[in-house]
Amino acid sequence: MNCTKCKTKAVIGLPRHNAAFCKGCFNGFVHDQVARAIKSEWMFGKEERILVAVSGGKDSLALWDILLKMGYRADALYVDLGIGTYSEQSHAKVTKFAEAVATSHGAKLHLHTVEQEAGAGIKELAQLIHRPTCSTCGTIKRYQFNRVAIEQQYDVMATGHNLDDEAARLLGNVLHWQEEYLDKQGPSLPASVAGFAKKVKPLFRLSERELAAYAVLNRIDYIVEECPMAKGSKMLQYKEVLNRLETESPGTKQTFYWGFLDKQRKKQPMATTMTEKDRAVLHPCASCSQPTTAEVCSYCKMMARAKAHSTS
Amino acid sequence: MQVQLSHPARTVEVKGPKKVKDLLRELNLVVEAHLVIKGDDLVTEDEMLYEGDQIEIRPVISGGSQAEVEAKAEQKHPTDSSSTLT
Repeated sequence: MNCTKCKTKAVIGLPRHNAAFCKGCFNGFVHDQVARAIKSEWMFGKEERILVAVSGGKDSLALWDILLKMGYRADALYVDLGIGTYSEQSHAKVTKFAEAVATSHGAKLHLHTVEQEAGAGIKELAQLIHRPTCSTCGTIKRYQFNRVAIEQQYDVMATGHNLDDEAARLLGNVLHWQEEYLDKQGPSLPASVAGFAKKVKPLFRLSERELAAYAVLNRIDYIVEECPMAKGSKMLQYKEVLNRLETESPGTKQTFYWGFLDKQRKKQPMATTMTEKDRAVLHPCASCSQPTTAEVCSYCKMMARAKAHSTS
Repeated sequence: MQVQLSHPARTVEVKGPKKVKDLLRELNLVVEAHLVIKGDDLVTEDEMLYEGDQIEIRPVISGGSQAEVEAKAEQKHPTDSSSTLT
């Protein structure tokens, strides 16, 4: 198989684009897809300060790498969840990347340790408050990334969500008819009220396989092991189903997710409606001041429950 | 040839020569969910693999915390209903 562009030996075939690329042309393809995502969704400009949420996985490290190489001002935050050796390994991967690549671009790595603040790792915390680990993890990460972005005055927060993540999430929400979540499935969410950072997903045009290939080709040392807490999760099941469909019918995932985005855009300008909706229902949390629909936000409630259980 | 697999980590012996796509089919693995690495190099599905090659088949799927699907009945912090990291 030869590269579609330069005709040298290809290293990856992309059936959904009816193309194959050598390493150099593939890197060009990836950067072009990210540039198109940033431009089409008005994500950020070259002067803006970006906070990338990094986990040690392929997507978030690839995102940090791509943004730095494209000349963006991108720092990162790693949240240590306290999941035994898994967190130790992922922390080591992030630190290694920061030292080997990010520092030379003048970028900084922030660190938040769950155990230091909550007195327990994510697994123990979830058991204490009787909630699923993945759900507890999501609440903590969302909260901490928003907090750091606001406190450190970043213009925008970027996450490594890829096409597979968004297609799987859309499938899950459609299967359960959770229409209330569909508005927030866009790749660019505005800072709708004071206390919220703008959030963007610059990798939404790239598949999980393409991002893993980018990491391998560019020698990005990421954690290959799956999070032990995620085993058997519904998201993984949805991804497996979508990948079987994709293999049989290339382009299925992008048709599903990008088609959804097209319909949303035609329906109404999402940024306006989301901002209006958020402003109507959100106000500062009585405890921490981050926006919430309740008197006290779910993060503060969760922490209060954890502290009450740990002292009783 | 020796083929290294993940989730769980293990090594299997497969008889070559064989094309990458045939190896994946033999192991019942979906192309879209895997990368095949020969030595240090990524290879395409039509690449021929031979006895003595060191092969790694790396899964590409990750992520589990999409809170709104996992815990739809719970009241969540409204920052963003998607997971922050992947």
